[in-house]
Amino acid sequence: MAKLSFREALNQAMDEEMARDERVFLMGEEVGHYDGAYKVSQGLLAKYGERRVVDTPITELSFAGVGIGASMVGLRPIIEMMTFNFCILALDQIWNNAAKMRLMSGGQYNVPIVFRGPNGAAHMLSAQHSQATENWFCNVPGLKVVSPATPGDGKGLLKAAIRDDDPVIFLESEIMYNDVGEVPDAEDHVLALGKAHVVREGKDVTLIGYSHGLKAVVAAAEALAKDGIDAEVIDLRTLRPLDMETIARSVRKTHRVVTVEEGWPFGGIGAELAYRIQHALFEYLDAPVTRVTQLDMPMPYAENLEAACLPNARDVIAAARAVSYRT
Amino acid sequence: MAKTEQAATCDAEATEQVGREKLRGFLQQMQLIRRFEERAAREYASGRISGFCHLYIGQEGVAVGALGALEPRDHVITAYRDHGHALLRGCTPRAVMAELMGKVTGAARGRGGSMHMFNPEQRFHGGHGIVGGHIPLATGFAFASAYEQRGDVTLCFFGEGAMNQGAFYESLNLASLWNLPAVYVIENNQYAMGTPLSRASAISDLAMKATAFGMEGEVVDGMDVTLVNACIARAAKRAREEHRPTLIEARCYRFRGHSMSDPAKYRTKDEVDERKAHDPITLATHTLLERKWASEDEVKGWDDEAKDAAADAAEFAADSPQPSLSDLGRYVYAEPLSWRLDDAMTPHVREEG
Repeated sequence: MAKLSFREALNQAMDEEMARDERVFLMGEEVGHYDGAYKVSQGLLAKYGERRVVDTPITELSFAGVGIGASMVGLRPIIEMMTFNFCILALDQIWNNAAKMRLMSGGQYNVPIVFRGPNGAAHMLSAQHSQATENWFCNVPGLKVVSPATPGDGKGLLKAAIRDDDPVIFLESEIMYNDVGEVPDAEDHVLALGKAHVVREGKDVTLIGYSHGLKAVVAAAEALAKDGIDAEVIDLRTLRPLDMETIARSVRKTHRVVTVEEGWPFGGIGAELAYRIQHALFEYLDAPVTRVTQLDMPMPYAENLEAACLPNARDVIAAARAVSYRT
Repeated sequence: MAKTEQAATCDAEATEQVGREKLRGFLQQMQLIRRFEERAAREYASGRISGFCHLYIGQEGVAVGALGALEPRDHVITAYRDHGHALLRGCTPRAVMAELMGKVTGAARGRGGSMHMFNPEQRFHGGHGIVGGHIPLATGFAFASAYEQRGDVTLCFFGEGAMNQGAFYESLNLASLWNLPAVYVIENNQYAMGTPLSRASAISDLAMKATAFGMEGEVVDGMDVTLVNACIARAAKRAREEHRPTLIEARCYRFRGHSMSDPAKYRTKDEVDERKAHDPITLATHTLLERKWASEDEVKGWDDEAKDAAADAAEFAADSPQPSLSDLGRYVYAEPLSWRLDDAMTPHVREEG
């Protein structure tokens, strides 16, 4: 196992896939000469040249569409969104073209494209730069949505996303790029999309998280253990399609569920999970499914206000105790 | 800038350039599209076609002249008024009509409908319903051609209504910046649904916009199939050999409403009649007859063949089966969706019957 930062792990994934397949290229704002706004693409221009590491003007709609067009005729683009806040300008292309081309054509196109970049709140970036967009993308059939929580998963899932024949939204966390973690040395570390990962086994309550939100979940599980509550922690890894089998196996054991996300509550990931769990596993539940989310408001700037909006380990602990009737 | 005034026959110089054989072929293609669309209108009126249905009647000279200037390896994409382009790029009349009727034998297996005809085998990439939304895709095809140094060209059609969308400006900037082999053709049929150009665009000479991107721009009489052919041939050559994009405004006119539900009350009968005097089919017919490149009997015979093909398509489509319900979960992802009754995703899975 090598110790790599999240940034290095993602960089390695792209590097390996570009070396492996001439059809893979990277396109986006500042990905080349600037070496990436968050340095995820560092060194790729020097190695692969301007043909395969393509700097764009600030035109998210069109370079998203150029990538989709290129994927329809045989290339495998990686489109970097400097942040997913800016991807909102490209939503028409992603929703109407990437997600629907296969169906509209009666199955005559693959759309093997990855849109990747940082998603969610970082630190004091205010309302327009702090958005968690995953539930918007998850609403769209035709898209796959991935959001890794560790450098090792980041590498294995990004490689899988690049090799997938469907459009994949790959959501990274801006404040995790420096996180260091173990990355398997295996030549071809590829993780299956659509599979959740049981991070910690437990018997009393199931805590479901992903991406940066998983940190609060893991911290909460450790605190709960000291309090005699043995929590099982599931990292979703892929948000669409959801791995309901892994979730169901856990719920049948613990009978209690808390979902955790850093996005807004209305129609969120937790809302979908709660619906599916109560629908499929009602007889196993000993308490209503509870969700922990960002507060339902645009993100304010001030440090204390931002912290109050975002979910933290205390919120997760409180929710876990509530569903365990130990308040 | 090419000649824009209209004549009772096609432009003499362009006609010479196109030649007898090609012009005879162009007329037959235009006749097929015209008769097909008339038949589609009838089928729509009879209720066998539903949804939106935008007819190409009046604009045939643009697609026929333009696609006649391409090589088979070149890529073509257009907006929702796509039946004509589809017929020219290997979608059979049967496949297009079946798609209109939502049948599994359709050009998109009944998943697309009027606005989404496809034939990637002959590099016809749709058929798109969001105004201007396909212009970035075209730019992506051209990007891929440049990336793989294949030497093929992308021809992208859109209406003048799409030209005010941001997608247009962003795409043409990229195409020029990156030297992409693309030809962008504005089919200016004068009305974006019911809004005339004068109420939607600050300028009326649309090809001027090419200047803003540092690319060539050209205006062409879209009712004259020979002028369109010559114009697109120049632009395709520029794309193929010089790797430079071109913006072309093809001035044309649709004789029918925007869609089947549009009585077109925003324009006068006189205006439409005046335009019909310059019907692209009439111009090409007169040209062929005047030069004795075709006889009246031949022209009539081609027209009858077109009517027969349209009738055969309608019969075939009506007799074709709907898509199988058991295939409902296909074509969403590479792997078909498999729904189970205990899956919370679908509370309403129905048995086929």
